[in-house]
Amino acid sequence: MIDTLVIRDLHVSVEGKPILRGVTLTMNRGETHAMMGPNGSGKSTLGLAIMGHPNYEVTEGSIELNGEDLVEMSPDQRARAGMFLAFQRPIAIPGVKLADFLRHATTNVRRPDRKEGEELIPMRDFRKELKGNMEQLQMDVEFARRYVNDGFSGGEMKRAEILQLAMLQPKFAILDETDSGLDADAVRLASESIAEIGREKMGLLIITHHDKLLVHNPPEFTHVMLGGRLVETGGIELANELHSEGYDRIRKAYPEADAQNQAMLEKEDAQPVG
Amino acid sequence: MMETTTSLSFTEDGFEAFAAGREEPQWLSDLRNAAWKKFSELPWPARNDEEWIRTDIRQFKLDRYSLALEPLTSEATATALMRDGVELGGGCTSFDGRKVDSFLKDKWAEKGVVFGSFGDVIRSHGDLIQPYLLRRAVNPNYDKFAALHTAFMTGGTILYIPRGIVVDEPFHALSTLSNGSADFGHTLVILEDGAEATMLSETASEDVDGGGLHCGAIELVLNPGAHLRYVNLQNWGSNVWHFAHQKAVVDRDASLQWTIAAMGAKVAKVNQHVGLIGEGANCQVNGVMFTEGKQHLSYHTLQHHEAPNCRSDFLYKAGLQDKSRTVWRGMIKVDPIAQRTDGYQRNDNLLLSAAARADSIPGLEIEADDVRCTHGSTSGRVDDELIFYAQCRGYTRKEAIQMIVTGFFQKVFDRISIESVREALGLAIARRVREYE
Ligand SMILES: Nc1ncnc2c1ncn2[C@@H]1O[C@H](COP(=O)(O)OP(=O)(O)O)[C@@H](O)[C@H]1O
Ligand SMILES: [Mg+2]
Repeated sequence: MIDTLVIRDLHVSVEGKPILRGVTLTMNRGETHAMMGPNGSGKSTLGLAIMGHPNYEVTEGSIELNGEDLVEMSPDQRARAGMFLAFQRPIAIPGVKLADFLRHATTNVRRPDRKEGEELIPMRDFRKELKGNMEQLQMDVEFARRYVNDGFSGGEMKRAEILQLAMLQPKFAILDETDSGLDADAVRLASESIAEIGREKMGLLIITHHDKLLVHNPPEFTHVMLGGRLVETGGIELANELHSEGYDRIRKAYPEADAQNQAMLEKEDAQPVG
Repeated sequence: MMETTTSLSFTEDGFEAFAAGREEPQWLSDLRNAAWKKFSELPWPARNDEEWIRTDIRQFKLDRYSLALEPLTSEATATALMRDGVELGGGCTSFDGRKVDSFLKDKWAEKGVVFGSFGDVIRSHGDLIQPYLLRRAVNPNYDKFAALHTAFMTGGTILYIPRGIVVDEPFHALSTLSNGSADFGHTLVILEDGAEATMLSETASEDVDGGGLHCGAIELVLNPGAHLRYVNLQNWGSNVWHFAHQKAVVDRDASLQWTIAAMGAKVAKVNQHVGLIGEGANCQVNGVMFTEGKQHLSYHTLQHHEAPNCRSDFLYKAGLQDKSRTVWRGMIKVDPIAQRTDGYQRNDNLLLSAAARADSIPGLEIEADDVRCTHGSTSGRVDDELIFYAQCRGYTRKEAIQMIVTGFFQKVFDRISIESVREALGLAIARRVREYE
């Protein structure tokens, strides 16, 4: 049986304020989906809600992985069930080396039934695997000795997220603007790596403003988010259109969603999360 | 030793009985007598005294405690945390202030190293110790607790390293306490010119929630060119009153790395002073504290630059759980003569619950003009975004918090150059971290 992620009529609020207003989306493992949409339309909110961020309250609808309800699970249970989010803004963990962080993470995800305090995967095997993945990503091995995202440049953080994707091998991965903050060469390397790591092996939901990531990861489906709704779904040609023409056509075609998008943006806090 | 009572109280009669039963050099009896007189004269700390204003000892009743005199019958059962896998040069264990056992390797004894329980070393090397004991570092008249300690000090450990001797195996001391008992341990470490040593000392109760009284002192004397690493892990039961005066004097070109870890006690009030008394002296202090329940740990540090060209670097980190509280009051004092001083002090606190509280009071008192002194302090909570991020990578909430707490302490662990100590402290802290909302 092929793994499937089914999101039905998902409504999500933050601090009582509705952000997602009915998102429906089905993904099969092996497929690549692109998600595009103007700023503040709710793309990051969808990723955080799928992982179970405590501030993002699901008020209606469901998220199911192979028929199992994710909404009732804690974020770590979702990760162990095979879900992954590459953060738009990764979080720094001072004092914790990336390698140590990943060894524990990899152990937990590979052994979903592991109890707290049980053995981690053997250091030697882990190091070898980590080194292999870092070479593929053209990352200096020294990088693994740095503290997680602490003082990383924007580009370094994104590459560290891809490294984690490679180590954790999830069933479904949401990549939230994993190409932003990278220069042209780095974007090419990132998109090649993602293709090699995830394409056809995972279900990929790629959130992006650019088309570069999609060159190596041509999506079977493109979704457009506006005002907390998926207003259109198409093939790769939709991604190409939005990239070259922008969102004018979409905004005109869905004036109500567009108005909601504007309204959310105006209320936006000084420091959006996401 | 003649004994008629099995324990004695901290009263005039108690002191007389204590003094009468001891076979000690006259100079030590004189020291005790003077201290007892001082103790009787001095008032208990006033509530508005700056050193005590945040530390409430109204519940402390000295007459609830007594000093055990009966010969040792039971074995110490508290476990040592820091000696695992360490080849020791010597070790000493005490129980309720009385020696259980001690050893010193022949190869160090042959080089003139002296190590053993306080009582044994006073008996065997009194003349050697006399010029140092409560004369170079801790002031026995500092306050009522210092005087009380001096009058009754028993137990603890003395280490003496002769000129130029480098000891590459650590010494270990463990003081253990049974529920409700008293410990008046005194630690004295003397390094002669150019000597080098490492000492790991720990204090622990038989029961994790045991009570009792510790009224103690630590004195570290580093003569010119000496190097000492001293680690002191306070792991008393959670109902112990802990009052301590701890002071190091670091002479010309000597260096001290002093790691102080505090996990236990109900209320702890500690004065930790370092005097940099000779040109080019260097001192690094690493403080690691982890508190829970209703613990209250109060540390008053002083880095006193009394000579030019000295360095002092104090880093204290505290993690606080439940309703616990820490107080850190740090002072860098620079005398007029102490030009080209390089002084640093920092205190970071991680609050793991809304009811925990950390007070940080850094201070500078600078009387020289060519100095560099920096200080700082931070207090913050565990960031929920960090927990979520780690959970997204498969960590349970509890594992995430443990990891974040370990990361918080990493900076101070990185400075501790003894592996067994880093590991013991890391484990002890990780074990204590609980899940919280
Ligand atoms: N944690 C939050 N607190 C308050 N508002 C939020 C939070 N997260 C998202 N929002 C709001 O939700 C809307 C959608 O944000 P987001 O999902 O980040 O959009 P996108 O990723 O599409 O740019 C924005 O108006 C934003 O201000
Ligand atoms: Mg976003």
